[in-house]
Amino acid sequence: MKIITAQEHQAVESPAVITLANDVDPRTLDLNGVTRIDLQFPKFTDGRAYSQAFLLRRRLGFAGELRATGDVLIDQLVQMQRTGFDVAVLREGVDASAAQRQFDRFAGFYQGSAVGTQPPFAKAA
Amino acid sequence: MYQYTEFDKQFVRARAAQHRDQLERFQAGQLSADEFKPLRLQNGWYVQRYAPMLRVAVPYGEISAPQLKVLARIAREYDTPDPALLAEAQATQDKIAGLAPKLTTNYGHFTTRQNVQFNWIPLSKSADVMDLLASVNMHGIQTSGNCIRNTTTDELAGVAVDEVVDPRPYAELIRQWSTLHPEFAFLPRKFKIAITGAREDRAAIGWHDVGLQMVKNPAGDIGFKVLVGGGMGRTPVVGTVIREFLPWNQIMNYLEAVIRVYNRWGRRDNLYKARIKILVKAEGQRYFDEVEAEYQAIVEHDGGLHTIPQAEFDRVAACFVAPELNLPAATAEGANEWAAKAEADVSIEAAKTPAFARWMTQNVKPHQNPALRAVTLSFKRPGQAPGDATADQLDASAALVAKYSAGEARVTHSQNLVLPWVRLDQLHALWLEAKALGLAQPNIGLLTDMIACPGGDYCALANARSLPLAAAITERYQDLDELHDLGHIDFHISGCINSCGHHHSGHIGILGVDKDGKEWYQVTLGGSDGKDLSGPTGPGKVVGPSFSSFEVPDVIEAILDTYKALRQPHQGRHEYFIETLRRVGQDPFKAAANAARHAAVDAQTA
Repeated sequence: MKIITAQEHQAVESPAVITLANDVDPRTLDLNGVTRIDLQFPKFTDGRAYSQAFLLRRRLGFAGELRATGDVLIDQLVQMQRTGFDVAVLREGVDASAAQRQFDRFAGFYQGSAVGTQPPFAKAA
Repeated sequence: MYQYTEFDKQFVRARAAQHRDQLERFQAGQLSADEFKPLRLQNGWYVQRYAPMLRVAVPYGEISAPQLKVLARIAREYDTPDPALLAEAQATQDKIAGLAPKLTTNYGHFTTRQNVQFNWIPLSKSADVMDLLASVNMHGIQTSGNCIRNTTTDELAGVAVDEVVDPRPYAELIRQWSTLHPEFAFLPRKFKIAITGAREDRAAIGWHDVGLQMVKNPAGDIGFKVLVGGGMGRTPVVGTVIREFLPWNQIMNYLEAVIRVYNRWGRRDNLYKARIKILVKAEGQRYFDEVEAEYQAIVEHDGGLHTIPQAEFDRVAACFVAPELNLPAATAEGANEWAAKAEADVSIEAAKTPAFARWMTQNVKPHQNPALRAVTLSFKRPGQAPGDATADQLDASAALVAKYSAGEARVTHSQNLVLPWVRLDQLHALWLEAKALGLAQPNIGLLTDMIACPGGDYCALANARSLPLAAAITERYQDLDELHDLGHIDFHISGCINSCGHHHSGHIGILGVDKDGKEWYQVTLGGSDGKDLSGPTGPGKVVGPSFSSFEVPDVIEAILDTYKALRQPHQGRHEYFIETLRRVGQDPFKAAANAARHAAVDAQTA
């Protein structure tokens, strides 16, 4: 997962980039020609964008960039990656130094994810 | 019990390490208090009225002797506040009008959701406690926060004589699936699942966000009847059936659909309207249709990633075979003979010792294996809050569990401990030992076997204290003959509308309310948790304006006197309280309760 700062996050005026409010059903979108979708976390405790990301990646097969924006903190990065995000814009002022070790902590998870990993029992079968 | 694999063990250890990392960043100022809060909550760390509270997960209530010993050690070594903090807390409590029992330290507390809580562990020691818990495969994962909580079940799962399907392997699979689910960690509100595999619902499934009843269809296939949208709190709602039969291997796919739609549609603008029950009430069939469509898409489009393979079910289920108990008779015929003789011996002992006979009647339940019984240790006795266990009692319980119950116990939703694997010929010895420890009160199912939340003595949310009332009722009803004569009564006390003490489902329920900074209590009658004796699941009805803490014991007594006056014989016994209430209706009880009001409160607090 690519972690960028608020300064590196450019709002782009282009039909290829969509900013999606977290109460919109992504299945209503026309994804033709779209290369990037910015999903929003107005508060980090508002988890609707995780379901949007899952639906975009797994259900709709969106292959472009899914960018997490808003109240994005270190401790949610791993679950963002697992639900299909590939870029996260850390909230202004968040120190990125503690980020990488969060990805290294767990050797595996119980569930399959939006990005192709399977639950451990499916691998064993 | 489920045996943790290397994967499971390293997962719990990694979670403990993650908590330490987060705690250190919080202490270093890299995580703000607001940012740290949801993280610590999802490891069971609240901050309560005076100190942090830790809620340790006991998945579906199953706990081992070594785990109980570690809980004892945590109670002894860590559940100790700074003396100045304790003194200040006690001084503050003493200022509340009414009885003020002493705050207690160094104990564990069995909760209504089959978990264990501690009230005084300093947050600075939380990471050490998590490491200690991890050493026996325990943790606080998702015991709080707006996520999928610990799955609860029938305390007699796997041993109940009316069991259709043992729910424990399914409960374990749900535990695994829900643990650190990436999509469902920040739901609109908390999400509780209960599962039963017996004919009778002893898990109050109708009161849960999702209630699962294991059934067999006419072809003999195993599946789930699925209820959704139950819950207590400010708006008590009984769950609605969304699926009459879901094949067993689809449970995770189906839960994914139920919770995904809730995550997307559930209200986040109002804390009191955020539970799934409000969504189900508001959307009704539209929600059901969306869940079914989502489920179909998960299976057909996404490939049903979490369809449970038979091999995985078998691996988990193999952990739940009955333990080896070294019963003397090897053959089936010999076993029956042995059980018959052991039962006769127990009867002889019971005839000689009335106190043992009473305990056998009240605290000992039949078992699938006729040579065994399930025994409830009562944590309801004078001088201790309901469900509280000191460090020594936890250690002693661990020893009893190891000696008499194949090393396994169950935390019950009525805040006791069940030993599910006790040999008939060891019942008397167990009784003697439990009695010496004060854990053999023969009051299971009776008035003093009450459910109570920690209330305003500890909880930051409470509007009123629960424990002084629990103590007052326990003290007033000490006569065992009287208690047994009153018979089965579900008496439930909550210190606020969050309903942790399940007042809605009590035959008699008490709810603490705050009026002008003073503690008042509403009394409700006729609630049901859904078990046979209680009748169809539903909330009780309020008898009238709230009462002062001084009035409540008199009100309870007036209600019980009314019951004694009105009850009729029923199948060779007295009607139970709830049966009389259902037959005659609320009015005579309401009248008696309201007539018991008295104005002593001002005189006593002046």
